[in-house]
Amino acid sequence: MASTHDVLFRTLADPTRRAIFERLCREGEQTVGALTVQAKVSQPAVSKHLGLLKEAGLVRDRHEGRQTHYSAQLGALAPLIDWTSQMTGFWQSRFDQLEDLLRRMDQ
Amino acid sequence: MNQPATETRSVVIERQMPHPPEKLWRALTQPHLIAEWLMKNDFQPVIGHHFRLRNDPQPGWNGIIDCEVLAIEPNKTLSYSWVAGEGELAIQSVVTFSLTPAGDGTHLRMEQTGFRPEQKQNYQGAKYGWGHFFGRLEQLLARAE
Repeated sequence: MASTHDVLFRTLADPTRRAIFERLCREGEQTVGALTVQAKVSQPAVSKHLGLLKEAGLVRDRHEGRQTHYSAQLGALAPLIDWTSQMTGFWQSRFDQLEDLLRRMDQ
Repeated sequence: MNQPATETRSVVIERQMPHPPEKLWRALTQPHLIAEWLMKNDFQPVIGHHFRLRNDPQPGWNGIIDCEVLAIEPNKTLSYSWVAGEGELAIQSVVTFSLTPAGDGTHLRMEQTGFRPEQKQNYQGAKYGWGHFFGRLEQLLARAE
């Protein structure tokens, strides 16, 4: 059984697929048509890449009329990111805000 | 083999605050004050109370952290569970704030202990030349917070 890591890396190893995923991360939900215009490959090829991204949990699709909209699932990348350093940065910045708040509060 | 191993990780942040514990306690337990430094919330200082911390929704995450108050000792200790994400990728953790009078102020300590399936950090990242890509992903995720 392949690990979550293997699936994620294998899926993102293809540059075209990775470009599609990065675009969804940056720009939010897109239709297959809109993605095809930018991808420099055919629509069936884009659809195939999206299918693999979906299998890996990296994108989600939503049907609306005849259009299918795809969006990136950032949560799927969580296993690749170091949780500890991420949360340390989060709490440091929140503690900065807490200090600001305390300065503004009455005793 | 993909062992269902579990790994515990902790984050500890400590800071000296030039304010009395009672004032810090208000900032940690009053919803309108929590909202100012942490997140929008429906916190109540009652053990067993379920509440949510809310971020703006992001692609791939509804922005919600599910919490339950686990321990309360006024002006000293506050602890709640902190669950973000769903399914296999969910991060289950417990956040504990400890307040200790120190000089004219308070020593504030936050410990977050998390559990999730074991992961190999930075998985052969350099070998595959992923560094740049992950740098950008981390920025995205940081913004997603």
